[in-house]
Amino acid sequence: MFDMLNIAVCIKQVPDSKTVRFDKETGMMIRDGVETIINPVDLNALETALSIKDRHKACVHVLTMGPPSAETALRDALSMGADQAYLLSDRAFAGADTLATTRVLAAAIKKIGTMDMVICGNQSVDGDTAQVGPGLAVRLQMVSVAYVDALELLPNAVKCKRMNGYGHATVLVGLPALFTVIPSINTPRMPSLKAKMKAKSAKIPVWTALDLGLSAEEVGLTGSPTRVLNTFVRSFEAKREYLEGDAQTQVAALCERLVAAGVL
Amino acid sequence: MKNLPKNDWKGVWAVAEFHNGLLMPVSLELISKARELADKLQTETVAVVMGHGLKESVCHALLEYGAHEVQCVEHEALAVFREDVFAQILAGLIRLKRPEIVLAPATHQGKAYMPRVQTLLETGLTAGCLGLDIRTEDRVLIQTRAAWGGNFFVNIICPEARPQLVTVSPNVMVARRTEATGRIGHFQIPMDWLSSSVQVLESVEEKQDEPARLTQAEVVLVAGRGIEKRENLKLLQELAELMGGAVGATRAITDLGWLPEYTQIGQTGVTVSPRLCITFGVSGAVQHTVGLRNVEILVAINKDPAAPIFEMATYGIVADVNEILPLLLEKVKKRRYSGQV
Repeated sequence: MFDMLNIAVCIKQVPDSKTVRFDKETGMMIRDGVETIINPVDLNALETALSIKDRHKACVHVLTMGPPSAETALRDALSMGADQAYLLSDRAFAGADTLATTRVLAAAIKKIGTMDMVICGNQSVDGDTAQVGPGLAVRLQMVSVAYVDALELLPNAVKCKRMNGYGHATVLVGLPALFTVIPSINTPRMPSLKAKMKAKSAKIPVWTALDLGLSAEEVGLTGSPTRVLNTFVRSFEAKREYLEGDAQTQVAALCERLVAAGVL
Repeated sequence: MKNLPKNDWKGVWAVAEFHNGLLMPVSLELISKARELADKLQTETVAVVMGHGLKESVCHALLEYGAHEVQCVEHEALAVFREDVFAQILAGLIRLKRPEIVLAPATHQGKAYMPRVQTLLETGLTAGCLGLDIRTEDRVLIQTRAAWGGNFFVNIICPEARPQLVTVSPNVMVARRTEATGRIGHFQIPMDWLSSSVQVLESVEEKQDEPARLTQAEVVLVAGRGIEKRENLKLLQELAELMGGAVGATRAITDLGWLPEYTQIGQTGVTVSPRLCITFGVSGAVQHTVGLRNVEILVAINKDPAAPIFEMATYGIVADVNEILPLLLEKVKKRRYSGQV
């Protein structure tokens, strides 16, 4: 039987796509006025940890790598019920790819202490790689199970349902282990008033590369094997016929065209 | 791995995906692409296939699609998928043979073991590539993927560390048959590469019909964030049934749990090629639209006239989905039941 469980949850602050608008000329995102949120599936990761804590003695540690403003994401996590939050922030961390990111997260988790479980969202909406979780597991000498849709703590292991692209598999995992979860695993709880008050005054340590015992060569852009060579816009050869008028007229015009094309 | 000089790494590998006795089509797409890259580099192509029950015909198919050599890793422990085991084997093989480039499928499995391989080897990995090319002067792989936040793409390189690792989604590359002239090798894996604290108790195949229906549908209706209400999905399903089509979604909708994960179209989801695609409240971020390939007629319905989806639309309707969807459903119903337009 597990005694007190230590669970680390890694989260990321991302732009809120609901507030994103596009420039009509360039097709680029307009950065002004874009709000930030916790990467949605990271809330499911946190909920997974908190629901274990509901039934079992556990300490939930939340950490994020980001600019000083990412502290708000950590306070949100605390107000959902996380016990401790850690901000990994250093100018030297900027421009990190997934390999450099896992180095920072792994160093921080090791500094916090020995973890029984690490839980991450399967991927971030902006990076969209799904690489940080499994990569982090290797640095922590843990097995990993990705795309977890249900997770249950047994007396001496974790049983989970993981998606594999063809259906799902039920797997039994000895701890310590890292799990990446998908949105359908649960519904994240709302913050409680009590936890919200506590979160407001909570002390959040800020750790730099130096605090984590990492050199500047290991982190950020310098510590990243990949580089952005350039970006380019795709242009389309589309007909771009706008159907005008009120909704009735627009629908009628559309149906006419679809019938003429033989698709309706 | 930075400790070896770059030119000690030679060859282009493609990792196949083998599931339940079948070689997945993405394997042939990747080996064809690997061959094309290897020809530009004047080097050899190796296909690696890991699994249990690997028949001669499986290895032969990989030869027919461009492999100079097939490395067959057969073991009963590989009948089930465990990312730590697959990563240990692949990283082990890479350390032994030192390929300069490795392509792997951006499937659930590939995305679960490749980041482990990346970290074991301390090198770069680019997820969900849509295009791959060689910069011949320094043998660097140019890796194209969709960028977040707009209608643009990004080219990524891994200039120093080797190997250069990428994942590629199914249906992105084209499988090309050639003459099978290569050789098949069987790799005996050391037992300790198979050790794991993960035990697979049961595997269940599910809903294979539905995902297949979406990727093969002639008509695809896509739900985006602008659909606003979950109830609208019922109308959309009904419309899809009337039109003989299937419903797909953007990440925003599958993240909300409104539609199952397998309906997500885009860089990290499926790629569809219907004759007709109608998008409802889809903004058109490139991470989604790269999943729409060779669509003959694209209809965009969105209340934001600046939404990039209109750039690629055949017909654009600037209006609220809540207004258009019920009207369209009614109209199509009439057409189906009485032949009226």
